[in-house]
Amino acid sequence: MNVVVAMKQIPDLQQIRIRNRQPVLEDVPWTLGAIDKNALEAAVQIKEAQGGKVVLLSAGNEELEDTAKEALAAGADEALLIIDDELDKLGSAEVARILAAAIQRIEKVDLIIFGEGSGDNYSGQVGSRVAEILGLPQLGYASAIEVQEDSLRVSRSLEDGEELVELGLPAVVTVISGINEPRIASVTQILKAGKKPKEILEIGDLGLDLVDICPIKTESNLAPESDRKRVAVKTVDELVAALKGENLIGR
Amino acid sequence: MAGILIYSDKDNLALELLTVARLIADARGLEVKVACINNASQSNLLSAAGVRVYKIENPAVIPADVATVAAALKEASGQLDCSIVLLSSNRRGRELAGRLAQMLGAGCLTDISAVKVEGEQIHCQRNALGGATVATQYIDGDKQVLVIVPRAFTPASAQDGGSIVELAVEVLPSRVKLLEFRAKDSSSVDIEEAPVLVVVGQGLNSQEDLASVESLAKKLGGEVACSKPLATDKKWLPEDRVVGLSGKKCQPDLAVLLGISGQVQFTVGIRDAQVMVAVNSDENAYIHQIADYSMVADLHQVVKELNDALA
Ligand SMILES: Cc1cc2nc3c(=O)[nH]c(=O)nc-3n(C[C@H](O)[C@H](O)[C@H](O)COP(=O)(O)OP(=O)(O)OC[C@H]3O[C@@H](n4cnc5c(N)ncnc54)[C@H](O)[C@@H]3O)c2cc1C
Repeated sequence: MNVVVAMKQIPDLQQIRIRNRQPVLEDVPWTLGAIDKNALEAAVQIKEAQGGKVVLLSAGNEELEDTAKEALAAGADEALLIIDDELDKLGSAEVARILAAAIQRIEKVDLIIFGEGSGDNYSGQVGSRVAEILGLPQLGYASAIEVQEDSLRVSRSLEDGEELVELGLPAVVTVISGINEPRIASVTQILKAGKKPKEILEIGDLGLDLVDICPIKTESNLAPESDRKRVAVKTVDELVAALKGENLIGR
Repeated sequence: MAGILIYSDKDNLALELLTVARLIADARGLEVKVACINNASQSNLLSAAGVRVYKIENPAVIPADVATVAAALKEASGQLDCSIVLLSSNRRGRELAGRLAQMLGAGCLTDISAVKVEGEQIHCQRNALGGATVATQYIDGDKQVLVIVPRAFTPASAQDGGSIVELAVEVLPSRVKLLEFRAKDSSSVDIEEAPVLVVVGQGLNSQEDLASVESLAKKLGGEVACSKPLATDKKWLPEDRVVGLSGKKCQPDLAVLLGISGQVQFTVGIRDAQVMVAVNSDENAYIHQIADYSMVADLHQVVKELNDALA
């Protein structure tokens, strides 16, 4: 069972500061999306049960080789990285085409797993777009994946219920964060990660024509204005008095 | 006449989409058209809202396989001359959106919370950077799939002038088989409607402590909600109680946040509350910075004292 896991390189959101409502991205380290780590864990668990290999697929900027180490340490066997500083500016439609073209270069892919949404943009389109480009069946929001002989049984978690669905392989699945608890790599695994096989490509190597895409344009991107009172209260009595003053208690 | 096509498998969300579609259609001189797939009652409901409904009856189109739904909508949008398609940003809608946009060669924005037509462009607001910022974006091109957050718009009300016509579409056979659907025993509590929310996070010691939090919520005239890990990791509360980016966006009069650190993916779901109270034992927790009233204290003690004070 060969599983491709697509993971997005994103700025570490914890470290983004806001100045004059603008996000400050300079010097913010890069990391991989949180739900993408659940996708990786799901792939590694399948490989451990079924054999085969896990290929990490990621497209990002020049820091990507470094960012990707974490995933190689946490169980991916090899990496296919598309490194191009243009990538920070590209939207879901372009990235989907790039990832799909890269997947077509990998021999015998049985399953492609994505996180349900990226950590930064949380748009949730890329998995579905890749499935369409490759002409594969798809299943989103998986909370459990069970591998049968040449098919999958997947639970899809919706707002109002769980669907148990069967689909043939190869297929595209996106997972929710509740599917598992991603493992933490050990020191030895981290040390070994640097030696795992990596193939590095540029967008140009994929022979794509990205002109026929309706691109997303950003007019503005600002932190919402907030004018909270920020009163420190010491005791519950003080708090109760404050809430009474706001007419929020004893209405 | 060229139009905007709307589709959601959920009745109330389809009515919300109708509100957004009319806003765009009026500015653009387009006609709003609704696709209802294998859903006779929804066809009637939407036609009663004064719009032309295209009723698609084809057993090969199944909701569990978004590829079939996308194929049906692609056909419909072609036949009906609609280059703009509106979907709702629930899980089904988001999964469908990417597939449909790819089939149409369209640009797509999901999780849209506000829409404004500016000349040729449809400006859409959505959260970015995990919710740290709100971006205004538009799709540069004719083909657009716009995916609207539930409850961001009021549902369209009844109106004359609606009609229903049948529309035949062909789709390839599904490769996805639905074996079983288990309805979630939802708590039948709607945290988006509650005037007061007591929201608990990972600072809560145990599931047993929820009882006193429940009782506090009742005394304040509200409901209990939670941060995501409490529902998805600990499973102490159902997922429909989660506030945040992947949960619900709430605007209560009062939000009491207990043992929550205040990461953006959480705060994006509560920052529109009128008054925010934060209780966190860590004085450096970010949540203190975005609260109206903040207490550096053990939440269990505060809950107990508040329950006594409000008895
Ligand atoms: C794409 C994406 C989407 C996400 N969507 C959501 C979402 O919709 N909703 C959501 O909530 N999260 C979401 N998250 C997760 C989010 O990033 C945080 O992990 C989560 O909100 C943290 O929950 P918390 O504040 O309860 O826990 P923690 O961050 O662990 O904070 C617990 C807090 O409790 C305090 N505490 C501990 N003990 C006590 C005590 N006895 N008394 C008082 N205080 C105490 C601690 O000081 C700490 O600040 C998402 C993440 C991603 C990547």
